[in-house]
Amino acid sequence: MRENAGVASVSRVRGRPLLEVRDLSVTFPQRKGGDVRAVRNISYTIAEGELLGIVGESGSGKSVSSLAVMGLLPTNAKIEGEILFDGKSLLTMNDRQLSDIRGKDIAIVFQDPLSALTPVYTIGDQISEALRLHDTALTRRAAEVRAVELLKVVGIPDSERRVKAFPHEFSGGMRQRAMIAMAIANNPRLIIADEPTTALDVTIQAQILEVLEEAKQITGAAVSLITHDLGVVAGHADRVMVMYAGKMVEMGTAEEVFYEPTMPYTVGLLRSVPNVRTASTERLVPLEGRPPSLSDLPVGCPFAVRCPAAIAECLEVEPELLAHGQAQDHLSACHRAGAIANGELARTDIFPRPEAHIDSAVSHGKGETILEVTDLKKSFPLFTGAVVRRKAGAVHAVDGVSFSIAQGRTLALVGESGCGKTTTILELMELTKPEGGRIVLEGTDVATLNKNSRNALRADIQIVFQDPAAAVDPRLPVGDVIAEPLLAQGVSKHDRDDRVTELLELVGLDPAMADRYPHEFSGGQRQRIGIARGLATNPKLLVLDEPVSALDVSIQAGVINLLQDLREKLGLSMIFVAHDLAVVRQIANDVAVMYLGRIVEYGPISDVFDNPRHPYTQALMSAAPIPDPREERSRHRVLLDGDLPSPSEQIDGCRFRTRCPLYKMLDPVRDAAARAKCEQDDPNLRPHDFVEVACHHVDRNKLLVD
Amino acid sequence: MALYLIRRVINYLILTAVATSLAYLLASVGLNPAQPEQQRHPRPPQIVIDHLLDRWGANPHVPLIERVWVWFSNILFHGDFGISVQNQPVVTLLTTRAGVSLQLLLIGSIIGAILGVVLGVWGAVRQYKPSDQIVTYASFVIYATPVIVMAILLMVLATGFNQAVGTQIITFSGQYSADAPAAFWPQLGDRLVHLLLPTTVLILTSAASYSRYQRNAMLDVLGADYIRTARAKGRTRNSALIRHGVRVALIPMSTFFAYSFGTLVTGSTLLEIIFSWHGMGEQAIQSIQQNDINGVAGATFFVAILILCSSTLSEVLYAALDPRVRR
Ligand SMILES: Nc1ncnc2c1ncn2[C@@H]1O[C@H](COP(=O)(O)OP(=O)(O)OP(=O)(O)O)[C@@H](O)[C@H]1O
Ligand code: SF4
Ligand code: SF4
Ligand SMILES: [Mg+2]
Repeated sequence: MRENAGVASVSRVRGRPLLEVRDLSVTFPQRKGGDVRAVRNISYTIAEGELLGIVGESGSGKSVSSLAVMGLLPTNAKIEGEILFDGKSLLTMNDRQLSDIRGKDIAIVFQDPLSALTPVYTIGDQISEALRLHDTALTRRAAEVRAVELLKVVGIPDSERRVKAFPHEFSGGMRQRAMIAMAIANNPRLIIADEPTTALDVTIQAQILEVLEEAKQITGAAVSLITHDLGVVAGHADRVMVMYAGKMVEMGTAEEVFYEPTMPYTVGLLRSVPNVRTASTERLVPLEGRPPSLSDLPVGCPFAVRCPAAIAECLEVEPELLAHGQAQDHLSACHRAGAIANGELARTDIFPRPEAHIDSAVSHGKGETILEVTDLKKSFPLFTGAVVRRKAGAVHAVDGVSFSIAQGRTLALVGESGCGKTTTILELMELTKPEGGRIVLEGTDVATLNKNSRNALRADIQIVFQDPAAAVDPRLPVGDVIAEPLLAQGVSKHDRDDRVTELLELVGLDPAMADRYPHEFSGGQRQRIGIARGLATNPKLLVLDEPVSALDVSIQAGVINLLQDLREKLGLSMIFVAHDLAVVRQIANDVAVMYLGRIVEYGPISDVFDNPRHPYTQALMSAAPIPDPREERSRHRVLLDGDLPSPSEQIDGCRFRTRCPLYKMLDPVRDAAARAKCEQDDPNLRPHDFVEVACHHVDRNKLLVD
Repeated sequence: MALYLIRRVINYLILTAVATSLAYLLASVGLNPAQPEQQRHPRPPQIVIDHLLDRWGANPHVPLIERVWVWFSNILFHGDFGISVQNQPVVTLLTTRAGVSLQLLLIGSIIGAILGVVLGVWGAVRQYKPSDQIVTYASFVIYATPVIVMAILLMVLATGFNQAVGTQIITFSGQYSADAPAAFWPQLGDRLVHLLLPTTVLILTSAASYSRYQRNAMLDVLGADYIRTARAKGRTRNSALIRHGVRVALIPMSTFFAYSFGTLVTGSTLLEIIFSWHGMGEQAIQSIQQNDINGVAGATFFVAILILCSSTLSEVLYAALDPRVRR
């Protein structure tokens, strides 16, 4: 027996198998080219009441293998193997027979809750439908009453009224709750959750995972949780299955997979994700390359081209899934897993942490101030009525934001979607007089610029967007894409070509690639192209809007490292907008936490993240998943209630009050004065040690963590 | 919503007034009602012609703007659309002929739409299978065939059929036969037989275009996540497609309805002439031929009102089908 670590360590004794998948293969025949072999020979079981986490990068076959269980694959899919649910073979059933099991015994929660709900029926009707399909005796009324109850269970306030709402009237988090309500409606025995939180903010993600955990408790169902976020499985999964190129490459308990992985891919994956507790202390390990095409698989190990531990055998024989360590059910598919398990081949040697290019000296020296933003304001007119539009007030998207950036430093803007991050940076990029406040770039107040001086200054501030595919014009060769900002500056053709060569080298791409078109590049490479283009004019300040969130984790690391190197090499200042706090911590020096158009906490990132003082920051930090099962399970969470209020809503006093967990803990009698302060007095940023916090009761925030 | 609809209807009413007035204006400029009189031999005295022109409100000596105003205010205050060149009030023409046209239009659009929607859904669900391809080709052929050609083709077929069975089963001239027995059932049967060919043409043309649109709309939703969700809840594929897919795919059809109604009106105008139905379409053509300004304006008014109704109906349908636009 292995050591009993963590708070809720999993017992090795597993229940009766509920779902048994044997040798499942799924192939999609193609009209031209090779068939897509999306899933190949995977076998696994899920025991009753167990939570299995399935991880792997995009296209690895996570969804396809789970949809096969539900019988929901497109009709052209060729499925082989056997799937037994409670002893019954699912693959031999027809659609009619399967439909009796779907939604009753096996339920599924899909990734994108907006498109997963039918837009024309009310939430209540859709939940009732799930109930009435399997219980024909249930009356319409009774089903509706039950739907209200279910919405209550998943934490939707005012559910009697909400049950009549249409999907578009719900926020993303609420829709996902409704999906879970639908999934648990008939007390299923297995819930498949396919990336249930990927589209959501961390705070909402934490709520949803909690609801899922609760649903599991209530129904006693087993759960198969699919995700690409290692942090999400770490805290919740009993066992973890890692998929790569349609294969299951590792399977074991969460502890085994996270602490003693024996497949190099898992090792690399774990070392490529930053941890919000420790990020920036070490460099990330990039997993270069991309998975093989599923329609043209290599012989041998599919990971071989990316694997630093590959040996000759790897290119010839595909490794089988076997146990290598003491634990009989810790399996991995690797020729060298034995050596990894017994320590002959150290995990740190397979994927050593890369060296930083230059010692991070520049970033810590406080240089001159590049950008100074004071009391920035931006509002959007708000209209009511879908057809006859009337102006009905304004949304204060950015409402008095101040920060400054010194040369060589990186400031991160974090907060839930809708808190004003993107609006803030877009206002900066305008280089015009803002609606309110002042923007001073390199000592020049942008309000004083004329057309020419503005164009000249534009070279100093450049932006990189989130989606590498959308931001790059597909019809231009990448050389032209990169040179585009130079064109605006009137640089000659010859100088542009030289600069493109230089830039491609700088971002780690082959300069010979300048003539190729964007579609020939992978997501990570395209993002590098985006960065090269951002650097074309040699800007002093680079603004990055979610630069890595569209990338797979293994690819993220390379781009993050690149950004770090560039900062050191070029003494670049950056503004970095991201929702992934661990990524933010890996890169940024300072952080501004935003809530409803305001900064609520601002300071050096290690001070803010190690010791969050504002209740909102505390909640954000505790919601950020950590890819470490023990740590994740033993964490104390500060959960936030509900969603971000609509920015047009009038909230007196502290804007965070409607969701503030600290405010909620204040006793209405004993702390009446303190409560009144929250209710009446809008807190300003005030210094506390090295950081600034906008909360009246910073001294009491320990209440939340104890 | 009600308020919004009222606004829209008022909007359309104004548009109707504008369209009808424009038609009157154009007709006044382009048509010369006095022409038949002037060409008579012997030419009637000018005073007689002027008198006629005055009756029709078309005397060129009166400034055009004044004529328009008189005509317009007569409609507005007295519901009087003037006198046709055959000395009948245009209102009478409108009321007798509108019913005839409406028979064709209503049957054509309603059955055509339903048939088209069903075929479109069916084709989408069976995409690329032979049945879908047959429907696809057939609808393209129908779509590309001019109404006249199709009508004549049907007439030929019907004649052949009649000859084959030896009696005149399918009659296709006019709205009814003068010699049909006076009892209710024979009368109804007679009318239906007369309706058969013209409505078939209308139904086929509108079903052809509806089915294309519906098929596309349906293909869009086939792969939708909510269909998958419905199946995950325990619906079979077909039941999920019908309960959830068709319901969503009908939304764009509500706008298409308003649009296709316009084409249908054009089609039925031709059919009235081909099948000698005395409807508004025939009236419109005759009015132009007879230089009848008031008649042209009246026919335009009828079409404008039809468009008004179909547009309003399509908006009501849209709001009824899509909760996202309701407020
Ligand atoms: N209907 C289909 N026809 C052809 N190929 C398909 C089809 N559905 C999925 N695939 C392919 O199967 C492979 C596995 O897809 P799957 O959706 O299971 O990946 P995933 O691991 O869930 O990825 P993600 O993290 O992006 O959701 C992919 O290469 C995908 O392109
Ligand atoms: S089998 Fe070889 S290539 Fe594949 S993961 Fe193991 S060592 Fe790497
Ligand atoms: S001021 Fe009050 S409501 Fe606002 S964050 Fe602090 S404790 Fe919460
Ligand atoms: Mg997926």
